[in-house]
Amino acid sequence: MAGPRLTYLDYNATAPVRPAVAAAVAEALALAGNPSSVHGAGRAARRAVEAAREAAAALLGADEGEIVFVSGGSEANHLALRGSGRSRVLVSAIEHDSVRAAVKDAEILPVEPSGVISLTTLAERLAADDRPAIVSVMLANNETGVVQPIAEIAEIVHARDALLHCDAVQAAGKLPLDRTLLGADLISLSAHKLGGPPGIGALVVGSHVALAPLQVGGGQERGRRAGTENVPGIVGFGRACALAAEGLANYVRLAELRDSAERQLLALAPSARAFGAASPRLPNTLCIAMPGVPAATQVMALDLAGVMVSAGAACSSGKVRPSHVLRAMGATPDEAASAIRVSLGWASSAADIDHLVAAWGALYARAGRPTTASAA
Amino acid sequence: MSGETSINRANAAPIYLDYQATTPTDPRVVAAMLPYFTEKFGNPHSTGHRFGREAAEAIERARDEVAALIGAEPREIAFTSGATESNNLAIKGAARFLRDERRADRDHIITVETEHKCVLETCRQLAGEGFSVTVLPVKSDGLIDLETLAAAIGPRTALVSVMAVNNEIGVIQPIAEIGALCRARGVLFHSDAAQAAGKIPLDVEAMNIDLLSISGHKLYGPKGIGALYVRRRPRVRLTPLIDGGGQERGVRSGTLPTPLCVGLGAACAIAQAEMAEESVRLAGLRRRFVAALRSRIPGTRLNGNPEQRVAGNLNVAFSGIDAEELLENCPMVAASTGSACSSARVEPSYVLRALGLDEAAARSSLRLCLGRPTTAAEVEFAVDALTAAVERLRDAGAGMKKAASVAT
Repeated sequence: MAGPRLTYLDYNATAPVRPAVAAAVAEALALAGNPSSVHGAGRAARRAVEAAREAAAALLGADEGEIVFVSGGSEANHLALRGSGRSRVLVSAIEHDSVRAAVKDAEILPVEPSGVISLTTLAERLAADDRPAIVSVMLANNETGVVQPIAEIAEIVHARDALLHCDAVQAAGKLPLDRTLLGADLISLSAHKLGGPPGIGALVVGSHVALAPLQVGGGQERGRRAGTENVPGIVGFGRACALAAEGLANYVRLAELRDSAERQLLALAPSARAFGAASPRLPNTLCIAMPGVPAATQVMALDLAGVMVSAGAACSSGKVRPSHVLRAMGATPDEAASAIRVSLGWASSAADIDHLVAAWGALYARAGRPTTASAA
Repeated sequence: MSGETSINRANAAPIYLDYQATTPTDPRVVAAMLPYFTEKFGNPHSTGHRFGREAAEAIERARDEVAALIGAEPREIAFTSGATESNNLAIKGAARFLRDERRADRDHIITVETEHKCVLETCRQLAGEGFSVTVLPVKSDGLIDLETLAAAIGPRTALVSVMAVNNEIGVIQPIAEIGALCRARGVLFHSDAAQAAGKIPLDVEAMNIDLLSISGHKLYGPKGIGALYVRRRPRVRLTPLIDGGGQERGVRSGTLPTPLCVGLGAACAIAQAEMAEESVRLAGLRRRFVAALRSRIPGTRLNGNPEQRVAGNLNVAFSGIDAEELLENCPMVAASTGSACSSARVEPSYVLRALGLDEAAARSSLRLCLGRPTTAAEVEFAVDALTAAVERLRDAGAGMKKAASVAT
């Protein structure tokens, strides 16, 4: 192999498209029809879209009519919260920016230091106000991987006749997803987080939910999302959904790799802290603070060593702010500012972990083996 | 014996003449896109590492290419999921920002009867929010009357939205004149250029355009991507439809789909390089197409202005023929009776009705669009096939009339 070894451990930001998916997308790019056209080319495109809809529905145990294709997770989250027509919106403190920004004046639900939302607070808040409400809680957090007890949350929410929206963007493909078990009324998915192409996602809309569209026009997606369907994207999404079930087995292996990385890093730096480690967590995600070393410095140093990780969510370019997720979990500003996210995926290997541990260890040694966060 | 023609294409694919519904992605565009699905897959917002930066750089190159096509600065281009989103974002975004953040007294929007559904539906939605909306008529050739527009602009007018090229009849609106008028009157000008970008020269500076929508799949780029031009000087502010990560200068949040952005950029670059020559070629093919249809099918009439028209579009009425029935009887020609939107099936085209065509004339009209892959041989074949089908339908109709008159 020419050049230094490159190790990609930023799967929660985006994953390389699986080869079978890439082949399906390339094939669909050659399809020339508009799915709304009635001629043969149009009907072929429509068939491709509907086959993908079936695959997406199957992944979730949903009906095909409940799948609305959108441009990605951010749009799905907006469509759910703005389209639900509920006057009261409650979102957890650790939601993705696209949920937190979807509705002005959303009420914030706190989380415990474990990263799990406080169920008693949720029940109290819902009981305190009778306006029709929608609650948004993500299935798995993008930064820590902490998994929320969505089924329990759904019971509390439904007992108050509120709707539950679940952003499952990070969980899809990594955890088994069953709409009925989750109990959520609306579920957001993004293809590129589960081995599909970027630029496509879906909102699963329970058939009992009346949804107002965000963008209007030609009446596509049964009036719930206008615009010519992104046929190759939808085809790729469908293929990724079909592969997700078999990919789940891979996550047992990834959990072992992740746990091994966590053990090794904590052994190297006893003062390092892994966030959410005591909670149910995505098998691929590790959020770890190297005390005293700013996250941006760590990311840069690791990148120079050929290891790609991130400092929290990859959103507006270049901006590194202390993570709102970690702050909500009670981390000090210094701790939150020194945490990086390591996320594994289908192509990750033990050699990748060795590379990470070596590079992280070298950086820790160069930084003088800091023992407290206050050194920052 | 009907149905017997000399054309032997039994096993060939139908001739695609529906390039305004969607275009095939140019193989050069596909080639540019493919590496960004697999080996160059980084999240363009993960600029902390090399894969992310590589993707971000590819997106910025694509942004340059999109901007160059319309004479804009790269930072004035926001990527969206397509022209429907661009149009929704431009119109709602500008109207709501002005009302909520600046001038509550600017609550009037002007658009045109023949706009794409997504513009009309967006304006209808804003009407429901308390905006007043003027929908201008068009002349019988499909063009708007500038004096009517000038008279409609009032002190409360916030925005004028007029498409550059119509999706059904292909007429080119006088965009530069509309832009000058809007600038002089101090109102924002949005143009849906989904059917125009890459087909006719566009210059947002010379044309005084403040907001302009582009679609990838209408110019041989991929589906699922589009762009919105948002003027920086003087700055046009929008309330975003999708908020959150703050991408695209806060105008449109969400992870940018690198391969799709790269594809749109490549499509714009190819269109810019080839537009002049290609439009001459298509105009020549269309001239022959119209001439042949007129000479071989009596009662053929062209809908829309014949001169002020994009090169690839033809919209013709065949008197006494139901165009849907014609297409069913002409399976080797893939064309349409109008817009491809999913709800547009039952009603006759509102665009043609706006030109003053009665329902029968509107129902007898066919949209035939030529595109980059169209050849002279395809046009000849289509003329033969359409002629034969029209003759069959007319013979059958005459036969039925005769039978009916005998029976009475």
